[in-house]
Formats: sequence, C-alpha cells, structure tokens
Amino acid sequence: MRKGIFAMKSILNGLAALGLGLAAVTASNAAEYPIKKPVEQDWSFAGPFGTYDKGQLQRGFKVYREVCAACHSMNLVAFRNLEDLGYSEAQVRAIAAEYEVEDGPDDSGDMFMRAAKPSDRFPAPFANPQQAAASNSGAVPPDFSLIAKARAVERGFPTFVFDIFTQYAEAGPDYIHALLTGYEEDAEGHEVPEGTYYNPYFISSASLAMAPPLSEGMVTYDDGAPETVDQYSRDVSAFLMWAAEPHMEARKSTGFVVMVFLLLFGGLMYLTKRKIWADVH
Amino acid sequence: MSAGHSTYTPKSGIGRWMDARLPLPRLVYDSFVAYPVPRNLNYAYTFGGILSLMLVAQIVTGIVLAMHYAANTEVAFNSVEKIMRDVNSGWLIRYLHSNGASMFFIAVYVHIFRGLYYGSYKAPREMLWILGCIIYLLMMATAFMGYVLPWGQMSFWGATVITGFFTAIPLVGEWIQQLLLGGFAVDNPTLNRFFSLHYLLPFMIAGVVVLHVWALHVTGQTNPTGIEVKQKTDTVAFTPYATVKDAFAMVVFLALFAYFVFYIPNFLGHPDNYIEADALKTPAHIVPEWYFLPFYAILRAITFNIGPIDSKLGGVLAMFGAIAVLFVVPWLDTSKVRSAVYRPWFKLFFWLFVVNAIFLGWLGSRPAEGVYVAMAQGATLYYFAFFVVIMPVLGLVEKPRRLPNSITEAVLEKKSSAGAPATEQAKG
Repeated sequence: MRKGIFAMKSILNGLAALGLGLAAVTASNAAEYPIKKPVEQDWSFAGPFGTYDKGQLQRGFKVYREVCAACHSMNLVAFRNLEDLGYSEAQVRAIAAEYEVEDGPDDSGDMFMRAAKPSDRFPAPFANPQQAAASNSGAVPPDFSLIAKARAVERGFPTFVFDIFTQYAEAGPDYIHALLTGYEEDAEGHEVPEGTYYNPYFISSASLAMAPPLSEGMVTYDDGAPETVDQYSRDVSAFLMWAAEPHMEARKSTGFVVMVFLLLFGGLMYLTKRKIWADVH
Repeated sequence: MSAGHSTYTPKSGIGRWMDARLPLPRLVYDSFVAYPVPRNLNYAYTFGGILSLMLVAQIVTGIVLAMHYAANTEVAFNSVEKIMRDVNSGWLIRYLHSNGASMFFIAVYVHIFRGLYYGSYKAPREMLWILGCIIYLLMMATAFMGYVLPWGQMSFWGATVITGFFTAIPLVGEWIQQLLLGGFAVDNPTLNRFFSLHYLLPFMIAGVVVLHVWALHVTGQTNPTGIEVKQKTDTVAFTPYATVKDAFAMVVFLALFAYFVFYIPNFLGHPDNYIEADALKTPAHIVPEWYFLPFYAILRAITFNIGPIDSKLGGVLAMFGAIAVLFVVPWLDTSKVRSAVYRPWFKLFFWLFVVNAIFLGWLGSRPAEGVYVAMAQGATLYYFAFFVVIMPVLGLVEKPRRLPNSITEAVLEKKSSAGAPATEQAKG
C-alpha cells in the first residue's frame, strides 16, 4: 500500500514537471497578431450593474456620424433605436430627416429618394461591397452594427478563466479603442505594405488599409468633454457597443432579479432538502 | 430492483376508472414517487434530472426561435439579429438557447464522468450506458447543426471543415459529403437541411431518453459504493427524497446558467460568428464550439500516415474512434469492483483522464502547429490508452480495497467515522 502511494506521487510529480515544461514552451509560441494586446479601459457598462452613459453614447454617435459613417455602414441599426441614447421622438425624427433613403417603386414604377423616417435603418455609404472596395483601395470597410462583438483579441490562459469571475465582456470596445489610438509612425522593423498604416493593435496583421481616422478637435463636443483622439475613440467604442448590444441594460437588470430569485429559491430548496433528509442521514 | 409489483392504489372514482383503462397515473406513481433509489446518492447523481430539464429548456426556447428565424442564406444572419434587436425578449430567448447548448454539454460531461467513476456502465447496465452514448452522439449532431444556423463566419467554416471529414472515407466519402451539403459546398441547401434536422433530432433525443430512463428503472440506479441494493434500508422513496435533492441541484445549476446568460452571454461563443458568412474569406483559425474541442484536437493529432491509411483518414478515424470506444467501455473494464472509491489506481488514472480531456480541449483551441501537435499526440495516446490498455489491465492486476457488505453498512461506517473525532473531543 505504502509503495503504491509512493509510486502514485512520483507519477503525479513527473506530470506536474512535464506540465510546467510545456507551459514554458507554449509561452514563446503565442499568436503573432495583434503585436500588442489592447489595454483594458474603464467602461460605464462593464460589470453586473453596468449601464450606458447616454452622454457618451451621444458623443460617440456624433463621432460615428461625422467621421466613420463616410465609409462604414451600420445596416442593422434603425433611427428609432436612437431613442435609447436619450433623444426624444421629435429629435429622432429630425435626425432621420437629415438622411436620404431610396424608396419605391412609386405608382409609375420608379424608385425615388425621400427623407428617412425613424423606422428606416441607417443608409449605407456605398451601394454595394464592390463600390466600397473600389473607393477604399480594395478593402471593404466592415459594417459597424456588430463590430463591438465581432472583434476580440484572444485573452489566453489563464486570463480567460478569470474573465468568467470578473465578467469581462468588453474585449470589443477595448479593441476598438486600442486600434483607434494605436497608430504609430515607427513600424519597428515590421513590414508595412504600400497604402497601409502600421498599427500594432490591429488584430489580423501589422498594418491596415484605414488611415488614422481621428485627429484632435475634428469633432466638436458641446458638453465640454475633451476633444482628443483618446476621448473620441472611447466615445465611439461605447457607441458601437450599444449598437451591437442595444438590450444590454435590460439584460443585466433582469439578470439581477433572476439571480436574487434563484439564490433565495435555492436557499429554501436547500432547507427543505435538509429537513426531508434529516431522518435518513 | 424495480418496484416489482405496483403499490399504486387509486383513491378516487375517476382514478379507478382511469386505472382500468389507461394506467398512466400508475406508471407515473411507480416511476417517480414510489420508485426506490439508493439512500447514499451524492450530488453527482443529480445531473440526469438536470439534463432532462435542459432538454426541455432547449426544445421550448428552440421552438420560439424557429417562429422568428428564416433558414435562407440571404436572410438567416439578419433574422437572428432581428431576434436579438426587435423581437420582444428575443435577446433572452436566443441567449438562453445558445448558452443552453453549452450548459447541456457541461451537464452531460459531468454525467458521463460520473458514470465512468462509479462504474455505472457495468453489468447489468450495459444497455443503459449504450443508450446514453447514443444520446450523446445525437446531441453532438444537433449542436453542430444548430451552430450553423446563425450563418456567421464560424457557422459556415465549421460546417465546411466538419462535412469535409466525410470525404476522407474511401469510395463513398464524396457522395456522403454531397448528400450532407446538398451540393458541392456549404450553401443554401445545406442550411435548409440542417435547420430541418436541427428541429428533428431533439425529439429523437427525447425518444432515446425515454428508453434510457426505462432501462434505468429496470436495473435501478448505481450508487457511490457500486454495491447493488440488497435490503429495504438501502433505499429511500424517489419522492420526496430524490425529488427535493434533484430540485435543489437544478436551482443551483440554473443559477450558473443564468450567470452566463445575463452577464457573459458571449463568453462561450466565438466573435467571428458575429460576422456574416463569407465563402471568400477564411477566418484565421477555424475552431469548433468548446464542447467539441477535445475531439478536434484528436482529429488534428494524426499528422502521419499509417500504412494504407493517410493522415486525413487516420484523423477522422481517431476522432470517431474516440466516441466509438465509449460504446464498448462495459466490456473493456475487467474489474469485478464497480466503483472507483474502492479502486485506488483506477481513481488515479480516472482523474488523469479528466485532466487529459480538459488539456485536449485546450489544445483543440490552439493552432495545429509546432509543439501543440506533439502535445496533442501525447494526450490522444493517453485518451485511448485509458480505455484499451488501462481499463482491461487494471481490472486484472489491481487489488481493490475492502468493500462494505451493503449500502446501509457503508452509510453507517461513514457516519461513525465522521462522528469519531467528536466523541474523542468529548473524552478529552
């Protein structure tokens, strides 16, 4: 018996040593891109009680409208959704009316342009992907409806385990913020093809076709927020998170009620179980 | 072990009338009220009930989703987003369904590992075990096809890779693949038939679950000692004892489920699946859902040809073999002792197997290159060695610990050893 336990222990020790060795080997083998991992930012919508900061969403919307929307569509978001940002119905109607959408066919069978209504979705800047590619040196600017959920830099072991407990779900906005603020002049020996811009935070190579889109003071804020690239990036990232997950606040507040209920109900079930089993144990 | 004769006596006139014509209340009473269960079951035994709950939850949420989903490549992706954005509580139903699949697999893995640990597959429960393996296979098929439906990048490329396995089969492989796809590549016909099958298979699972529960009620449950029920004091009635314990475990499991749904609903998914499928853009790394990762690692571990079998066919055979081997576990284990509690060496190898399975899962998420390949090969070797070498050999050479004479004796022994320090303290 003694001998058996000793043999078991040495097997376990051997395996532990092997595991450590393997961990050391894999660390050097990490994925190539992005060159730098995004820095985690503070977001008002993080955590179990997180909510969107409406002022920030309005600023982010302004950045999207005045800068990003020139190339990036947002096909799944309708003007009526903007009421989530704190705009009144009348304000939404006014915002929509600034856009033109195609409608029709009319009675004579022709398509026509008209001012957008709150029920319309944001019109895309390009008629089709081919046109978008042709205007952007071959790279189609991705749609922004879901971008904040469609981009996430791998967290790696063991961080992804901790993420369960910290409820880290902001990889998308962290990435967007890192990318927008991460352009660098010096490519540090990385190869940068003609017509692309070095950005060590870009998820799929060392450089991307999009030129640095933001510069200080290019969007006017009327609420006194700093007009810096960092602030613009932060605001537009928050806005894009909202665009990708518009019901997040409802989800988290419902979740709180559900969790409280389940904990109380579970406690009662446990006490009931104890009482019923008391005569068996 | 099954009730033998029924103890149900209808109390009302309607009850007697019904009992003489369709004794459904008698069946329910005998199966879920009077049915005797071993008194020493621990919480690992509550996962059967949890799995039934998850199956029902998946079917209910799935039926509601199907009312809003459109299985057409032109609109499928946006119809899912419509559910997420515009359908009342659509985000809740959809997150319940997608995370529910993961929870279903967490529960089934605990259930399978519990069966392996306590030797639940041993005679006379071979059919019970095999039916469970069939359910697991059907679950995998259902989950795989369900993952294709949102028509994201991982849906599309996952389907392309997995249906591609079938081309490795000699002679009929190409034909099988084209039959699955409804063409030469993943496209609208594929999506249509996957939707149809994804709706069908859960009901087939429900059917096999009925057989699984039937087989369970014929042989009776195993228990942590692995000793069969011998006397009346070994058991308690299903209701209220097992019912309340299962219900408590279900609430705890639902709390875990709710945590994922409400706080980290996309943790178990892949971000690429929020990009619409594009046949011209291959993702950097194609990875299946987490619950398939160990098998994906086994598939990619075979990088060498074995005689006439090339590495591609070899990988596919290894992957399917990893599941097929489960079916013959009752005959691979030669030990006369059922439970790992009394088998010190088996216990060690079992926990190594669990760690190895998780390790394989992690390897499945890594690119198949460099040192990962060698690690996956080692882990695959242990996976198979556990079943085809360790199980048969250990049963013959291992000296098990002394078994208690009955479940009652085991319970009393445990109680007295737990009480021992207390009496000593009282003396001191």
